[in-house]
Order: sequence, then C-alpha cells, then structure tokens
Amino acid sequence: MSEQFYYFLQQILNGVTIGSTYALIAIGYTMVYGIIGMINFAHGEVYMIGSYAAFFVLAGLAMLGFDSLALMLIAAFTLSIVITSAYGWSIERVAYRPLRGGNRLIPLISAIGMSIFLQNFVRLAQGSRDIAMPSLISGGWVIGPVDGFNVTLSYMQVIIFVVTFISMSVLTAFISKSKMGRACRACAEDLGMANLLGINTNKVISITFVIGAALAAVAGVLLSMYYGVINPYLGFMAGLKAFTAAVLGGIGSIPGAVLGGLLLGITEAITAGYFSSEYKDVVAFGLLCFVLLFMPTGILGKPEVEKV
Amino acid sequence: MLELRNVSAHYGQIQALHDVNIQVGKGEIVSLIGANGAGKTTLLMTICGDPKASQGEILFEGEPIHLQSTSQIMRKDIAIVPEGRRIFARLTVEENLHMGGFFLDDKAEFAHLEQEVYSLFPRLLERKHQRAGTMSGGEQQMLAMGRALMSKPRLLFLDEPSLGLAPIIIQQIFDIIEKLRERGITVFLVEQNANQALRLSDRGYVIENGRIVLEDTGANLLTNEEVRKAYLGG
Ligand SMILES: Nc1ncnc2c1ncn2[C@@H]1O[C@H](COP(=O)(O)OP(=O)(O)OP(=O)(O)O)[C@@H](O)[C@H]1O
Ligand SMILES: [Mg+2]
Repeated sequence: MSEQFYYFLQQILNGVTIGSTYALIAIGYTMVYGIIGMINFAHGEVYMIGSYAAFFVLAGLAMLGFDSLALMLIAAFTLSIVITSAYGWSIERVAYRPLRGGNRLIPLISAIGMSIFLQNFVRLAQGSRDIAMPSLISGGWVIGPVDGFNVTLSYMQVIIFVVTFISMSVLTAFISKSKMGRACRACAEDLGMANLLGINTNKVISITFVIGAALAAVAGVLLSMYYGVINPYLGFMAGLKAFTAAVLGGIGSIPGAVLGGLLLGITEAITAGYFSSEYKDVVAFGLLCFVLLFMPTGILGKPEVEKV
Repeated sequence: MLELRNVSAHYGQIQALHDVNIQVGKGEIVSLIGANGAGKTTLLMTICGDPKASQGEILFEGEPIHLQSTSQIMRKDIAIVPEGRRIFARLTVEENLHMGGFFLDDKAEFAHLEQEVYSLFPRLLERKHQRAGTMSGGEQQMLAMGRALMSKPRLLFLDEPSLGLAPIIIQQIFDIIEKLRERGITVFLVEQNANQALRLSDRGYVIENGRIVLEDTGANLLTNEEVRKAYLGG
C-alpha cells in the first residue's frame, strides 16, 4: 500500500473520532429542536460541564490512589452523566419552560444568556486557565510499513468508537422500541396531539433535555481525555461544531445528526491533513453557511409528510 | 355526563365562545352543527382545556374540569378525534394505536381493546406496520378513531370525521359511530354533514358566532325550517 493511502486512512480515523463526538453532542441539539423547535444554544456549555465533571471524578479518584482504569472510567461516565443531566433538566425548567408559547426569539435569547451564564459560572468557580486531565490511557496500535508513514490507532480512539457506538445503540433502542421513546417521537410530530392523548408533554420535553445532556456528557468525558486539557470556553466551539453537524444532517433528525457529525469530523480532518489545521474551522463554518443557504433542510432533513 | 355552564373562551382578545350551555347525557349521541368559523372546534377544544374556558364551568360526571390541564382532562375517560385527524404520520399504524392506549396499564385489557379496534377497523390490522402518513384519508380517519378508542373512553369527541371523505367511507364512519353507541360510549359529534349527523343523534345543538342558538332532538332539528335552510340545503 502506498504511503498516501496510509496518510489518508489516518485522516479518516482522526475524522471519525472527532466526528463521532460531534454526533453525540449534535443529537442533543436535534432532539430538542425536533420537539420544541428551538436551538438550545446552552448545549455546548452542558457538554463543557460534562468535561469538568469527568475531570473531578478522574482526578479525585487518581488522588485517592485508585488504579483500576475500568472502575475510574465507569465512575467518570456515570457521575458526569448524572451531573450533566441535572444541568440539562434545570436549564429547561429555569430558562425555557417559562418562556414557551410566546415569541420564538425569546427562548433563543434566553438560551444565549444561559450559555454565557454557565461559561462564566464555571470560569469563576474553576478559573479560566486550561486544566490538564490526568492521563490514564496512552498508546495504541501502529499499522503500516516499517519506514514511511504509519497509521496510529490510539487506545483512546478505540474507546471513543466503542463508547459512541454503545451510546447510539442504547439511544436507538430507546427511541424506537420503548414506550417513552415512542412518546418522544409522537411529541416531535405533534406536541398538541400528544397532549390531547393525555401525555404530559412537559415531562417528555424534560426527558429530551436529559437525554441530550447525557449524550453531551459522554462526549465531554471522551473528548476531555482525548485532548487532555479542558477550559471553560471549550463548550462554545464544540457547541457550534455540533450545531453545524446537526444542521448539515438535517436538524430534527437523529440519524442526520450522526451523519452530519461524521461528515463534519472527516471534512475537518481532511482539511487539517492536506491543507492546514488553521483552516479546519473555516471549512467547517463555510460548510454551515453553504448548507443554510442552499439546503436548509440538510441531508436527511424531514421530508414533508403529506397531510391528507 | 358532560355539562357546560355559561362557558366562554377567548383566543387572545377575540372571544370565540359566548356563554355556552350544553349537556350531554350518558349513552347519548349529541351533535353540534354550525357554519365554518362558528366555533365548533373551539367548543370541543375548550372542553379539552385548550384554550381554557375564560368563564363558566365544565363538569365531567359532576367533577369540574375547566381548571385542569389538557393532559389531566384527557386522562379521564375522555378522548378526541380532532379536526384534521392529526395522526402521527411518521409512526406506524400500530404505534399510533399504542399512543392512544398510553395510560392503559393492564396488559390483558390493552390486548383486548387492540383486538376490538382491529375488528372494528380491519383495514388497520392489514396496515399495522405501515407508516400512518402513507395511508389514505379514509384510513387515516379510521386510525384517528381507533387511536381515540384505545384509551377506553366513555365520552368521545369527533370533530368532522367525515370531512373530505368519499360517501361510502362516510357511511362506514357513521355506522361505526352507531356501533359505539351500542357499546355504551357517549358521543359528542361535530359535523358539517348535518343531515347524516342529526339522523343519528339523540339531540343536537346549533352554534352561530360562538353562541348556541338552538337546541332540540335530532329528529326535530331535521325538520326545523331554519335549520333546513341554513344547514341542510333547503
Ligand atoms: N388558534 C386560534 N387563534 C385565534 N383564533 C382562532 C383560533 N382557532 C380558531 N379561531 C377563531 O375562532 C373562531 C371559531 O373557529 P373554529 O375553528 O372553532 O370554527 P369551526 O366552527 O370549527 O369552523 P370549521 O367548520 O371551519 O372547522 C373563528 O373565527 C376562528 O378564526
Ligand atoms: Mg372546526
């Protein structure tokens, strides 16, 4: 195999890694949009809080002398999901629910306010400098020729693939098979009708926020370990990227969010690999503008179902 | 079974219902007829708590429900087949029916009810796994009715179930309403198709500009001069 092929393969691997975490975050945007038609601009901050929760659990356990990696990871995921879900739930209760039913712009402004508030809340509580994550997982597999370019698949990347895959599978099973998942889909189609069937739609909306936050927490744990540093501002960029992914795939569509995330991740990685990593954000947001201008429903955007 | 006392309703500043008094007795079929925009849908929806009554009282089996939320009201043996059907187009037929029976916890009862709905609407059984949005208008209307029945209602609201359907399907729908009466379900029916509706009804109300202007037995309304002129085409 040629060197170019290995180099390309490496970019794809890196792209899928980042892309799958974008997808996890994007699902939160898309589900909330699907059900209440609003962009939760504080979602990036929810992800950031998930990263901080992971840091505290991992650093705390490391300090206490724990050395079981599996236990530490399970604790990090569990606690981060619980804490972050509590944030997701509260944000909806405090900042969005009281404003529902009125002008659509108002919750949007509230969301931006919430985003700024959370960012500064973490900045004041934890400082604005980068915090280094304890490095627990290093190394990986190297594939390729003895001399020339080698493909590295790090253990961390493998963990990201596996955990993302598990999360998505659980979500898919929940949405397509469970009673509550069916209610979520029904509410996304016609909230008022669900209400007329006796469904407590407020509860379903809360569950949607909690699911989105939990998936963002998973992404937060994974990416903080992958990059090794966290700071209070990382939610902003990640949030924008995931939003781009959601729009690219077709906002409101869960498979769209996954596809959009992967496409965006790969596009970024290719840009960084063949041009310059400084251009990857330009390309990402250029893509966002392009999609918004020329295909606002995205790739898998809701096909209009005819109402007879 | 259902009683509205001096009920008014508003959309913002606009008053859509004025001082409405209505009674629906157990086991009755009661029709509400009126022109477009008279407030028929509004009346049904006000009973369901959306919009809320701005004045007056609504009693279901003697219990005031007008202060409760829509989801609370609809969990009380009341079900609606709303205007425009509003089936969940992306869900399958079966999933739509299950949404109707969301609060039925008894598995055996649920299965029995599902069986009953399928026997009432065999078409739905054939199309169990089809996406509801891809069904024909008549099939969708049947699905909307089946979904409402899945909650095991004792009081059923039907908002223009015959709208836009072929005569043969309309006949089927009215036959089924007749069957529902035999099963002890009380029906409150809104219809443009006043002729057919009144023939089936024990009693009827006529609404104009948000006000109830006439109330009588179905038979009497059918022969009423003014009603004939205004709603039965002469
Ligand atoms: N959501 C709403 N917001 C504001 N006004 C409304 C709303 N829904 C209905 N109205 C108004 O209330 C009045 C009654 O409407 P409603 O839909 O109840 O009439 P209807 O008798 O059901 O008519 P149709 O036979 O056309 O279904 C109309 O003037 C309508 O414009
Ligand atoms: Mg109407």
